[in-house]
Amino acid sequence: MCLSIPGEVTRIRDEGGVRMGDVRFAGVVREVCLECIGDVAEGDFVLVHVGFAISKIDREEAERAYRALDLMGMTSEVKDPLSPSGGRQEPGP
Amino acid sequence: MRYLDEYRDPERARRLADRIAATVTRPWVLMEVCGGQTHAIVRYGIDRVIPSAVELVHGPGCPVCVTSLEMIDRAHAIASRPGVIFTSFGDMLRVPGSRGDLLALRGRGADVRIVYSPLDALRIAKANPDRPVVFFAVGFETTAPANAMAVWRARREGVANFSILVSHVLTPPVIGAILQSGGNRVQGFLAPGHVCAVMGFREYESLAARYRVPMVVTGFEPLDLLEGIWMAVRQLEAGRAEVENQYVRAVSREGNRAARDLVFEVFEVSDRKWRGVGSIPKSGFKLAHEYRAHDAERIFEVADIDTRESPLCISGQILRGLKKPCDCPAFARQCTPQTPLGATMVSSEGACAAYYQYGRYLEAEAAAPERA
Repeated sequence: MCLSIPGEVTRIRDEGGVRMGDVRFAGVVREVCLECIGDVAEGDFVLVHVGFAISKIDREEAERAYRALDLMGMTSEVKDPLSPSGGRQEPGP
Repeated sequence: MRYLDEYRDPERARRLADRIAATVTRPWVLMEVCGGQTHAIVRYGIDRVIPSAVELVHGPGCPVCVTSLEMIDRAHAIASRPGVIFTSFGDMLRVPGSRGDLLALRGRGADVRIVYSPLDALRIAKANPDRPVVFFAVGFETTAPANAMAVWRARREGVANFSILVSHVLTPPVIGAILQSGGNRVQGFLAPGHVCAVMGFREYESLAARYRVPMVVTGFEPLDLLEGIWMAVRQLEAGRAEVENQYVRAVSREGNRAARDLVFEVFEVSDRKWRGVGSIPKSGFKLAHEYRAHDAERIFEVADIDTRESPLCISGQILRGLKKPCDCPAFARQCTPQTPLGATMVSSEGACAAYYQYGRYLEAEAAAPERA
């Protein structure tokens, strides 16, 4: 279960001392915890798993990886997370 | 080679496939651990563009598949309690427990809600302070930081009605268990890229040294997988057993230290039972003592549950790389994604579901027509 989806950080805010933000995955924006990404700024790209950013990556890699995952039907974690078995489809470890 | 045309960079894919073919001199068995990788391998027929001497077997890296039946039944018991709001990732809802699935339970009136993130479950708890809100915390190391953050915040912000039912599993101990098991055939591993993005890969170095098996930290795209396979085969042919990192663009040796620190603040390593595999020492997480007020197992006292597993399902052998979905007499017959007997057919990252989705059941029928 461990597929992470690349997205762009569009907004960063503080929520009770925890760094949170909005991350855009193609057309979908999700709230994401950015607390464990060191020097993150708006416009950066991160790998996100179930609402938590685990790693920073560069833009080119992010765009390419998103397209590849989307083609494989592996982006439903962010696109359609609320359907039973449809959401969070491919996060293997 | 027809599959190669669908790749992002067919030329590079072809070169990698050629390189693997030129390197291989004898049969090897590799295991990809992650269910996402299994899905990509079957989707792109990667097992068919590489030489037949290199066999890929599919590992236990599907959290939905390996969550024990006892734990699923505990989830059902908790979700059935009056007043409880039970929250979960969507793909846990159709996993069969001993007495149906969570979706059916919801149909009978239980308040079962799907969330995108454990932090959404925490938000539900804050909005419903007079009701217990439980999150079903399943997953491998990649999911642990998100779950840890939800509990860490609940404790810090005094959200007393929020708890998690923990069924976390760890990758290196199950790899060790596979290598120690009788009848093991696996000679090299593709280690899961995003697990290592969080945890780093130092633990894999001791596994590689101890069992003399190569491990290649590998990404999820077809080209990543081909390159990871090539790197593993190259090591095997040269008699090397090291950890190599194919997925350098997302993974460092140390992983994400802040995320790891958060995980070990909230969780501690514990024994864990894996569905189909059995109990493996020190192969999971439980909540650390300071966070026990948020432990759903403790709050709801659901210890002893009488479980019933399908006698037909061979998912345990599939998860250990001993068999493939087509070896199962129930595959695509009694067991389909609509009527799954075991978890490897429920989750789309389960090996059985991947084989079914990409039509491999047709080959199962062609190979064994008399079985029908």
